[in-house]
Amino acid sequence: MKASAPSSRSLYPLVCVLALSVAVLFGCGGGEKASSPGTAAEPTTIQVKGSDTMVNVAQAWAEEYKKVDPTADVEVSGGGSGVGIAALEKGTIDIANASREMKPAEIDQTTKNTGKTPKDFIVGYDALAVYVHKDNPLTEISLEDLSKIYIEGSPVTKWSEIGVTIPGVTDDTIVRVSRQSSSGTYEFFREHVLDKHDFKLGSRDMNGSKEVVELVGTTKTAIGYSGMGYVTGEVKMLKVATKKGEPAVAPTVENTLTKAYPLARSLHFYTLGEPEGAVKKYVEWVLSPAGQAVLQDNGYVPVVRDAAPEAAATDAAPAATDTASK
Amino acid sequence: MTAIPASGERVRTRLPGRKPLVILGERALEILIRLSGFSAIFFVLAIFFFVFREAAPVLFDAEFDAKEFLFSTEWYPTSERNVRYGTWALTFGSVAVTALAMVIAVPFGLGAAIYISEFSGKKQKEILKIVIELLAAIPSVVWGFIGLTVMSKLIVDLTGAPVGVNLLNGGIILALMSIPIIVSIGEDALKAVPDSFREAAEALGATKLQMIRRVLLPAARNGLLAAVLLGVGRAVGETMAVLMATGHAVRIPHGPLDSVRTLTANIAAELGEAAAGSPHYRVLFLTGVLLFVITFVVNLTADMAIRGLRRK
Repeated sequence: MKASAPSSRSLYPLVCVLALSVAVLFGCGGGEKASSPGTAAEPTTIQVKGSDTMVNVAQAWAEEYKKVDPTADVEVSGGGSGVGIAALEKGTIDIANASREMKPAEIDQTTKNTGKTPKDFIVGYDALAVYVHKDNPLTEISLEDLSKIYIEGSPVTKWSEIGVTIPGVTDDTIVRVSRQSSSGTYEFFREHVLDKHDFKLGSRDMNGSKEVVELVGTTKTAIGYSGMGYVTGEVKMLKVATKKGEPAVAPTVENTLTKAYPLARSLHFYTLGEPEGAVKKYVEWVLSPAGQAVLQDNGYVPVVRDAAPEAAATDAAPAATDTASK
Repeated sequence: MTAIPASGERVRTRLPGRKPLVILGERALEILIRLSGFSAIFFVLAIFFFVFREAAPVLFDAEFDAKEFLFSTEWYPTSERNVRYGTWALTFGSVAVTALAMVIAVPFGLGAAIYISEFSGKKQKEILKIVIELLAAIPSVVWGFIGLTVMSKLIVDLTGAPVGVNLLNGGIILALMSIPIIVSIGEDALKAVPDSFREAAEALGATKLQMIRRVLLPAARNGLLAAVLLGVGRAVGETMAVLMATGHAVRIPHGPLDSVRTLTANIAAELGEAAAGSPHYRVLFLTGVLLFVITFVVNLTADMAIRGLRRK
């Protein structure tokens, strides 16, 4: 008896270790099984990733779609258009949100990796608004001045150099607020304002559309760019003129649709090849009047005007095929 | 010589009492533990190998300019016209934030270590140690959040800086994060000084402050240096908090109120978008190698300092 007591005690750790390693092994196995996309599992998961500009509306769509189709789980994450497109290239997601168009190289890479050509759906429009603090007397800006503020090699660093006096500020150095380079907004701005030239280094590169507006709202000498849906009471959206002397246009729904606003852009869904099953149904719903109403509620411009539902549905389809054929 | 066979005899006499399963179990456990010991070495080597392998193609590329990579401030990884990979501003950002953090953390950290080791009572000592360990347990994203919300407002209000997320903010947050390490290791170093040193100093009529300055600090020098260097290692490698608190601007700062970007934050922000295998992706891994080298040097120095302490 005396010998058996210590022996069972010394066995105890061994048993523990064995049990633990067995548990770990099984845990791993289970995890792998769960993470592999269920082909015919009952609740289908649609993975959506990309644009920070679209992340709010994508979330709203996901929540609303849950009511329409309770069996579908739409998982949304942000990170920037570039992050979504990079994930699509690897084939790890179903839909990439992008606030810019995919580049030919990215399309080639996706086709090479996954064997499927990405398909483009325009799901809405957005005006890239230029924000300043609400106390800034500036009300409009030309693309030329905007470029002078942001472009690499430009000597402009102070508001006074472009003729703006900000009340109650001693140091009127322009605080440039920009986006991280994975952002579609960043690339859109570079292409359409800087004519593909580079940004001047030293801007505060925020990780989200909302952060840009927040920083501009707390900084009197700041200027930033972000989607029109992110406007708050602390900031002011500037009217933008294509050239100096031309009339400046405000970023409104009307001006975005007519393309009178120079920084209007389309918001995209990219799918791997022709969407099928749950993804197809989801994309169709997003383009339907119900989906477009959610988009409009979030401050974006729908692909179709909120006309009669029948007309809207028929209008939405050509818009999608039109861009896909590009 | 005689002691060894004697103990061997003792083991042999006890062995028959054990069941074979028990012996087997102990063997297995020993192997398992040995494996976990070696696994640390294996993982470090594997990580270095992986990071280096991902970076190697760009490193051995004929067009790669090491001088530009290390000393140019122009970081344009996604430029349409002229792609440039200069990390100097990022390295400078990392060094500047760390240096500022240490300027704040070292006096506070060592002061706290001296207080806990030499002045506080037994109960107070226990409470202080627990609270400082709690401080070390706060996740870095929480620190970042504090920097982004509380600290940035404070800095704007107190200094009149246009933007609250800057070098100073990052430095304060990193200081708060490395203080617990400096305190606990510094306190260990002070505790390791034999009491006879203190008694001798007091017997010679030294006041407590004289004793600390002339006897304790020189005696614990290496351990305190190690504490500071481990704090530096923590600060250099920190990512999330600096990403949130420093303002993320690629520039050489002109003062503590300028925004900066660090090597770690840059990797965190850009790796997600860089297509696997692209030059941008490889250069980000190369900045990882650079970071690895920096932290390796810091940790090695700390280790050598500790070794020096042990030899004493």
